[in-house]
Formats: sequence, C-alpha cells, structure tokens
Amino acid sequence: MVSPKLSVKNLSVSFDGKPSLGGVHLDIAPHIILSVIGPANSGKTTFLRTLNRLNDEESAMKITGSVLLDNKDVYREYDPVILRRKVGIIFALPTPLPMTIFENVIYGPRRQGIQDRNKLSATVERCLKEAYLWDEVKDRLHSPAMKLSGGQQQRLCIARTLAVEPEVILFDEPCSGLDPISTAKVEEAMSKLKKHYTIVLVTNNTKQAARVGDQTAFFLMGELVEVGDTGSIFTAPRDRRTDDYISGRFG
Amino acid sequence: MPVRYKLKEFLFETIIRASGLASIIAVGLIFFFLLKEGTLLFQTQTLGDFLLGKKWYPISEPPGFGILPLILGSLLVTLGAAIISIPLGIACAVYIAEVAPPRIKEILKSGVELLAAIPSVVLGFIGIVTVVPWIKSTFDVPTGLTAFAGSFILAFMAMPTVVSIAEDALHSVPKIYKEGAYALGATQWQTIYRVVLPAAASGIVAAVMLGIGRVVGETMAVMMVTGNSASMPKGIFYPVRTLTATVAAEMGETVQGSDHYFSLFAIGIVLFVITFAVNMTADVFIHRRRK
Repeated sequence: MVSPKLSVKNLSVSFDGKPSLGGVHLDIAPHIILSVIGPANSGKTTFLRTLNRLNDEESAMKITGSVLLDNKDVYREYDPVILRRKVGIIFALPTPLPMTIFENVIYGPRRQGIQDRNKLSATVERCLKEAYLWDEVKDRLHSPAMKLSGGQQQRLCIARTLAVEPEVILFDEPCSGLDPISTAKVEEAMSKLKKHYTIVLVTNNTKQAARVGDQTAFFLMGELVEVGDTGSIFTAPRDRRTDDYISGRFG
Repeated sequence: MPVRYKLKEFLFETIIRASGLASIIAVGLIFFFLLKEGTLLFQTQTLGDFLLGKKWYPISEPPGFGILPLILGSLLVTLGAAIISIPLGIACAVYIAEVAPPRIKEILKSGVELLAAIPSVVLGFIGIVTVVPWIKSTFDVPTGLTAFAGSFILAFMAMPTVVSIAEDALHSVPKIYKEGAYALGATQWQTIYRVVLPAAASGIVAAVMLGIGRVVGETMAVMMVTGNSASMPKGIFYPVRTLTATVAAEMGETVQGSDHYFSLFAIGIVLFVITFAVNMTADVFIHRRRK
C-alpha cells in the first residue's frame, strides 16, 4: 500500500472547552477523493479546517493528537503559511476577493513573489481551464470577480486555489449554494483534479458523496463513525448509524 | 383600530418627527444667523479683500480685514495634524482590529475612548507645559508656541475619531475575505495590506475626513499653543493663528455692530463651509461603503 498523503492520529478539537471532534483516526491515500458526510454539528467542517490550520485564528481552540502531511506534523513541523500553500481550501460560499478575475487567480502566486507578467498570464489560463471556467471568462479577465454568477465564482475560487499549486485541496460544501448544472461542473472539475491532487470533500449531499468520492467517511457528533470505500459504505455499511443516515432515516 | 390607539400613534409620530426636524432646524437657523450678520461686512469690504487680504488689523485705522493669514494658519495646523494622526491612527486601528490579542485590544479600545474624553483645554495646557518647551529646545526656535505645537496636540484630538471609525470599518470586512487570503497562503501582513485595507478603504477615508473635520473646528487647545500671531505664516515652526482662535479671542472685545464684529461672523461662515465640505466628503465615502 502506498503511504498516506494525510494521516490523522487520535485528533481531538475543542472550542472554549466544548468538544467538537474526539479521537479521530484516519489515513487519506494520495490522488483520491475522500468524501466526508454527516449531519450539522458533526464536526466535519472542523475536521477539514484542522487539516490546513484555518482554525488557528479562532480563539480558545484546543487541539490534541496530530495531523501528518507526508509524514510531517502539520502543527509542529509546518509554518501555517507554507502549509496553506500545500493544502488549499474552497469554502461553502464562493469568496472571490474584491478585485478582478485575473487578480483573484494570481493573488496566491503574487504573494509568493512571482512578478513575471507572462508567467502569471500562463498560470491564469491553465488554472481557469482546469477549473472549467476559461471559456466563460476569457474575454473579460479584467472585470470584477464579483460580477460572476455564484457557480462561476466558485469555479474561480477553485482556479485561484490551483494557482498556488497545492498538493491537497479541501472542499467545504462547495456546491451548497449552487444549482444542479453548476454543481455538475464543479464535480466534473473535482474528478479531473484528483489525478494531480488529493481531495477531501465535505458535503451535506450524500448523493454527491456517492457520485464523486472514492472513499467516504461518516461523522456523527464529533466522532468518526465509519470510513471505507464509497461503494461499500453506501451498499453495506458496518455501523447501524451510517445506514440510518445514508438511507435518510435521520439527519 | 380603536380611537385611543390612533391618537397614541399620532402623538408618537408627531413627537418623533418634531425631534428629527429640530436638529435640522437648528442647523438652518445657525447658518441663517451667521449669514445675516456675516454678510453685513461686505457693505464696506469686498469678498476678495476679505478672503485674500494679507492683513488682519481689525482695530487699526484704517482697519484690515484680510483673513488669508488665518486661513493659511488653519490649513498649516490641520495639515500637520493630518500628517501625524492619519498614519498613526490607521496603524493603531489595524493593530486593534487585526493583530492585538483580545485583552490588549480591550485595553487599547478603552484607552482611545479615554483620549476622546479629555477636555481640549486640558490637552492645551498639557501642550503648553510639555510640547511647547520640547519644541523650543529640540528645534532651536525662539518660541515653542508654533503651528507645529498645534498640529501635535490636534493630532491627538483627531486620533480617537480616526481610530474608532477606521477600526469599525476594518472590523466589518467579511471574515471570509481574510480566510480566503489565508487559504491561498498569504501571510498576515499580506492579508491586511492586500485584502483587508482595500476592502475597508472607503470607511478609512471617512474616518480620516471626520478626524480632519474635528481638527478644523477645534479652538481652545490650538489657541493655547500656536502663539496667536495673525501674520502670514512663514513655516511650521513659526507662531500662527487659526480661524477658530481668532473668533474665540476677539469676540468678547469687539463692539457689536462694528465691521470687526461682522467680520468675525464672516469667519464663522468660512469655517462652516469648510467643515460642511469635509463632513459631506466623509458622508459620501460612508455611503459608498454601505453599497
């Protein structure tokens, strides 16, 4: 077996003394899509944001256990800025920065000191193509990103993340505000992207998890109930609660 | 609806409307009064002589009613105060809103509010005993009572306004912008400089304008530390006199109905127009931010 890209060992997180995640063990192999499902408040978003240390900004967060990226401890051996360049994230709400489409995509590379205009233009084209947005915006790269539709904004956010050349991409309910056609485009992009990246997808939509995930993890009340191949989770779950959730009996 | 509810509704509506109108009426009356008294000056003086005249000798014979030295005095002091307070104020706001740990944030915020609560006359006499001698010895000038002393003191009067409004603007930048920038591997400073500050720009400009408005209208502290010399200002290290200080100093001694009396009202109009313009500019930026 190949060594895991991300390895989560006995991870517990609490905010203000209130536990949010408890004792999570999980390995994520490279170049797969791991879907994370579970009802609200199950800790799945906390789990995701722990992977690239976005929770660091929250006050009163306590964390025990460890997260390893390529066998290096994310919380002890990485600078958060470097880590976030390797582990990108797409949020539930599309969050284009208040600037043009072009500037949004090159925001990350610029911050790393890349100034060469030709190189940046090439990056913009490559990333927008990978995010399936190029054809729709190539004629108006210098118009404000806020003018795009919700689905286009979300794909712009994907392109922007790709421009940083990450190794892992986290998706936090990326399609929750999108119509079915935009959702299909984002899912198509994800399926193509896993060739080059490792993807963790948090979703409220169990059908989406079944469609795009190679593996699926089910969280409930801060606990990782079950993780395995998507096929077996959805056809023959080992835990009763997983069965209840995916068949819609609660949640 | 029963009649007594109707009456109650009507009463409340009337009272609230009257309170709302009261402030506008007050401003209107003040402006009208200023205009009525101030314009009487122009029976004997031309507007050009008044605004551009270089000699302010209101009780000499023949009198001079040129307020150019006073306008320049105000301008010089305001400019100096702006140069000191804008970078300091914005930096302080950024620190409070983005960098400071919660405890220090609270201490700083109440500190800034306290600064706003200090009466200007107190700042003025602190200026006289500390800033003025310091300027005299440090910059080797004949007197420390200079435009620079006024700027320095006023900078600290403008600071609370600039800091609290700018901090507000920074605070209201959506958290998702910041997280978006962090997620792309931006450092904290890059996030502040490239994302948070531009997003809050219009609010910050409004903060600066309101701070300047405060400086232009301030009287007491300036009068105490700028040396009150109504001659054309030669530089930041020379005594000057501002528009406000002139009115405050001379109003009590002037003969009612004289040209001198009317000229002080005319100065009031000039001040009114300046602060009105500054506040309007701030307003435009605040509204742009809400959109």
